Amino acid sequence: MTDTEWPLFEVFIRSKSGLSHRHVGSVHAADAAMALDHARDVYTRRSEGVSIWVARSSDLTASNPAESAAFFDPADDKIYRHPTFYEIPDGVENI
Amino acid sequence: MYTQGLDQKDAKAEGRDAVDSAERLTAFQARIDADEKIEPKDWMPEAYRKTLVRQISQHAHSEIIGMQPEGNWLTRAPSLRRKAILLAKVQDEAGHGLYLYSAGETLGVSREQMVDDLLTGKAKYSSIFNYPTLSWADIGAIGWLVDGAAIMNQIPLCRCSYGPYARAMVRICKEESFHQRQGFEIMLTLCRGTDEQKAMAQDALDRWWWPSLMMFGPSDKDSIHSAQSMAWKIKRFSNDDLRQKFIDVTVPQAEFLGLSVPDDDLVFDEASGHYGFGEIDWQEFYAVLAGNGPCNRQRLATRRKAHDDGAWVREAARAHAEKKARRAAA
Repeated sequence: MTDTEWPLFEVFIRSKSGLSHRHVGSVHAADAAMALDHARDVYTRRSEGVSIWVARSSDLTASNPAESAAFFDPADDKIYRHPTFYEIPDGVENI
Repeated sequence: MYTQGLDQKDAKAEGRDAVDSAERLTAFQARIDADEKIEPKDWMPEAYRKTLVRQISQHAHSEIIGMQPEGNWLTRAPSLRRKAILLAKVQDEAGHGLYLYSAGETLGVSREQMVDDLLTGKAKYSSIFNYPTLSWADIGAIGWLVDGAAIMNQIPLCRCSYGPYARAMVRICKEESFHQRQGFEIMLTLCRGTDEQKAMAQDALDRWWWPSLMMFGPSDKDSIHSAQSMAWKIKRFSNDDLRQKFIDVTVPQAEFLGLSVPDDDLVFDEASGHYGFGEIDWQEFYAVLAGNGPCNRQRLATRRKAHDDGAWVREAARAHAEKKARRAAA
């Protein structure tokens, strides 16, 4: 890495206990430990988080938006996976 | 406002535009019209990507350069409390720049490239930051007027079609309201103080009013690119509409402060509910944009020096990271 181009890290923050980490943006840092410090300094100035994850952007694999239709196709016609597919007669409680 | 100076067409982009098929463009426009968000790896016209890279990076540069006029008064803020508050505001601006550089990077341009463009003078930043801060009252005027104008522009951007930019704007808007209140509170304190303090506040308003109006940019009828930005939902309101809204909202605030807006032609029109206002000196605007404002050279020189002076920190961090990695591997 050059002195101006540290690797890029994606930042995920859990805003409070019980919630998932959410992607909030990215930081450049020399390594992961520094990325954590930078993420805290940039993304939690107003106590927005109880936990931070940083991951090198190069380690993230993303699905290809151009292939979304085909990629997610298998689930589209399996409506029986949804509870609303099933008809429960009146009078049956708690189901 | 962050599109000031985007009217220069890029020949290479025009060549690539021809390759974007009519079919893909139609499909893309349909997504925009349906208020869908465009995300980083989605197909987008080259011109869309290019205009966003320039607007987002200019916006980021504006935040970073914007730290300078206010940083000028950190050591001279009247109390420790005001120093801490101003420091928080200036730090926020650095953070805003970082959110925006991050958003820019999702479009395929590197941080290094964006920073280089700023340091070499190739990239533009908002004209307003080329004016000097001559008194403590200027810090109040900047928070009240400049951040106020920025908010006016940034709230619609929260709904811009490009996901990462819109999300960065949401985050920025939440923080920006503290900035405007901080500025207004300074003006209020001065206006309720001694005669000299009130005069200092009036002087600051006199110098910052018109440059703040210029922040919104020239009328859209003078810009061919505005129409395309509107069609792509990057721009949601015209420059003139935003400027009018800013004036309508800010003049009553000036009246509350007991200050007079430096515009003899300012008049409230009952029928429309808007303020009529005087002619903006666009010569001044274009001169500042071209590099001949009061502080252009100083702003860039300061940024370059800060970058150069910080090189040892970046090198040390890199060396330290490499040393740690070697030790862990051993």
